[in-house]
Amino acid sequence: MSADTPPSSDGEFSPDDLAELREQIEALETEVSDLRNEVDEGSADRMVIIATKGTLDMAYPPLILASTAAAFGYDVTVFHTFWGLEILHEENSKDLGLSSVGNPNMPLPNAIAALPGMDRMTARMMRNRIEDNDVASIEELIETSLASGVDLQACQMTIDLLGYDEDDFYDGVTTGVGAASAFQDMADADIQLLV
Amino acid sequence: MSTETATETLDVKGQNCPMPVIKTKGAFDGLAAGDVLEVVSTDSGSMSDIKGWAESTEGAELVDQKEATEDGTPVYKHYVRKAE
Repeated sequence: MSADTPPSSDGEFSPDDLAELREQIEALETEVSDLRNEVDEGSADRMVIIATKGTLDMAYPPLILASTAAAFGYDVTVFHTFWGLEILHEENSKDLGLSSVGNPNMPLPNAIAALPGMDRMTARMMRNRIEDNDVASIEELIETSLASGVDLQACQMTIDLLGYDEDDFYDGVTTGVGAASAFQDMADADIQLLV
Repeated sequence: MSTETATETLDVKGQNCPMPVIKTKGAFDGLAAGDVLEVVSTDSGSMSDIKGWAESTEGAELVDQKEATEDGTPVYKHYVRKAE
């Protein structure tokens, strides 16, 4: 509103004021709609998970979240590094370990949990529970994630470090990727998690 | 909308989180506009999971959710309609 056309004394706006306001509103509406188009044209929602653990219990959260996010229409990348590679290793993923040593939630004293064979027994008990509770196996979750378009990546540096071969991993797993590509994905993502 | 209008049924009995939602999404993608998908689950968590999924998914409308008992086991039925 220009300073030389103040509202009339009874508080009404003059026709000139109204025309000016209408113009301003129209300009703002155009701006909002342009911005909205810009946002809509942007890429889909994205989530990146960095999976660093390979025990049976820690293999589940990244895969469950990844496949669920894919069902919500997210573009999902899970970057597996260090022991997280075990999840993608076709053979090892079927026999992931679990230790009760140092886990105060396990109903076993550390002195007993440390005996030979106890880790295998603990893992077997957990696996039985998983089956009894209708929870999917790691293999099923990997197949489901891949089928849902989740990009499961195996960090090349740790593949070399742990002496694995690209053929050791499930078909569909992306290899030949490193920290830089993971970082770029994270920078573009709406959700970034380190598991 | 009555449940008889379901055009397709997805049986995810005996499957736990996150499978009911993931399979619902898969079946939903294959629906034609106006179709209603019936999802039958034994996972009690599917009540909130499928509701949340439908709320965040464009074109998915949760028509109804109900609990029933089949062979002495609780089952959870969800009806999701694909928008025209």
